[in-house]
Amino acid sequence: MHPIRYFKPWKMWRRHDLKKAYDVVIVGGGAHGLAVAYELAKRGVRNVAVLEKNYIGAGGSGRNTTIIRANYRTPEGVAFYKESLRLYEHLAQELDYNLLFSQQGHLTLAHAERALITAQERAEVNRLLGVDSRVIYPDEIAKLCPVLDLSDRPDFPIMGALYHPPGGVIRHDAVVWAYARQADRLGIEIHQDTEVTGIDVENGRIKGVRTNRGDIAAPVVLSAVAGWTSEIARMAGVRVPIVTHPLQAFVTEPLKPFLHVILVSATLHIYISQTDRGEVLIGSEIEPYTSYSQSSTLNFLEVTAHHAVELVPILGRVRMMRAWGGLCDVTPDYSPIMGETPVEGFYLDAGWGTYGFKATPICGVTMADLIVSGQVPELIKPFALSRFWDRELVSEIAAAAVSH
Amino acid sequence: MTFVIACPNCGPREALEFSFGGETTRRAGPEASEQELAGYLFFRDNVMGRQIEWWLHRDGCRKWFLAERNTMTNQIERTFWPHERGRTA
Repeated sequence: MHPIRYFKPWKMWRRHDLKKAYDVVIVGGGAHGLAVAYELAKRGVRNVAVLEKNYIGAGGSGRNTTIIRANYRTPEGVAFYKESLRLYEHLAQELDYNLLFSQQGHLTLAHAERALITAQERAEVNRLLGVDSRVIYPDEIAKLCPVLDLSDRPDFPIMGALYHPPGGVIRHDAVVWAYARQADRLGIEIHQDTEVTGIDVENGRIKGVRTNRGDIAAPVVLSAVAGWTSEIARMAGVRVPIVTHPLQAFVTEPLKPFLHVILVSATLHIYISQTDRGEVLIGSEIEPYTSYSQSSTLNFLEVTAHHAVELVPILGRVRMMRAWGGLCDVTPDYSPIMGETPVEGFYLDAGWGTYGFKATPICGVTMADLIVSGQVPELIKPFALSRFWDRELVSEIAAAAVSH
Repeated sequence: MTFVIACPNCGPREALEFSFGGETTRRAGPEASEQELAGYLFFRDNVMGRQIEWWLHRDGCRKWFLAERNTMTNQIERTFWPHERGRTA
């Protein structure tokens, strides 16, 4: 029999009519929202709706550069992302899905004395907390990545790097689809093309949400909408310390495998990796102005391509294929905002800036634990919204602003 | 091409010539509570739609001015000097 006969059309998740009430409503059908839904289902909370105004993974989940790492600067950040990385290492088995996971190693290049000192600080914090990171110098960098220009020809010659061997890439769309499929199998309802248009709050308590497909009553609402957090939070009457900046990236035409490590340069504002398809994936820092526009700009392409060729000269003749933008919900201290809000029953999973995808599995676990038990897990206590009133900011700018 | 901003002093120029100064905020007074001070320092409206915001013509006349911009399209609706805004802006 022709093999195509065996290929039956099947669905990753089902369609449902919207019910009048759920135990938990999750706003945002990206990696985070779906991970929380999956973890809730594992804990026995299955009367849950995930509402997505577009299609699953349409936002940051499908637009990031798939890099995962744990080499942060603050002890709070390192502990959190270390656990996320550990969960990512077993995620393919957990979700029974090939996530094209590759721990190829992560190099944060230092082009100045000051950057080397920051790299040393991060290496020390990482090692104290059991995360594999160390500073290496051009001789060792050359062995890891022979295509890097390590000469003194560039404007900013490479002096060293923070080497983080467990850093890697994992296919972002696959993570979204795998969580969605498993959540669906456990009884979670995924609703695409369902836009939240209002949130009902009564006496400081959440009552439900209004959508373009009808109203829903729910005692618990989680906002997991990244760049759109300010708008969703405003519906619940909650003001947040967040501004939305666009971030852009592009890929080149596919090449044979030649780049076996992730390159990051905060000085040149870029990060480079090669995907399993062979495309070289190059991302930049956030645009310097706030915006909800996800379109790409020529200025970004010119500057980023120039810097990429400066680092890896053999990219000079490679053609660019696609470029896109995504939205980042940036906080004043470059750390996320997770947990409770002044409105009872309204939870935030927000402030993800440029580092949300890396945190997906641990967000699922910690937010589900919080919703089920009502107790804030230790790992996310430092990231409470109240830290901005209590003056307990967690400044992660040294390791999160441009390093991806 | 990014987008074009009309400097009230120099006329229309590409956005690359300017530095963004964020949405306009109301400065907390000396009698502000801790909560109000935190609100002024960290919390923002971050609207999806028309926003009044600060821009500096960094590579031009080096003057700060205000712009009303649609944050969904980056269309600049108008630009004006701080003294030209009403009390509500």
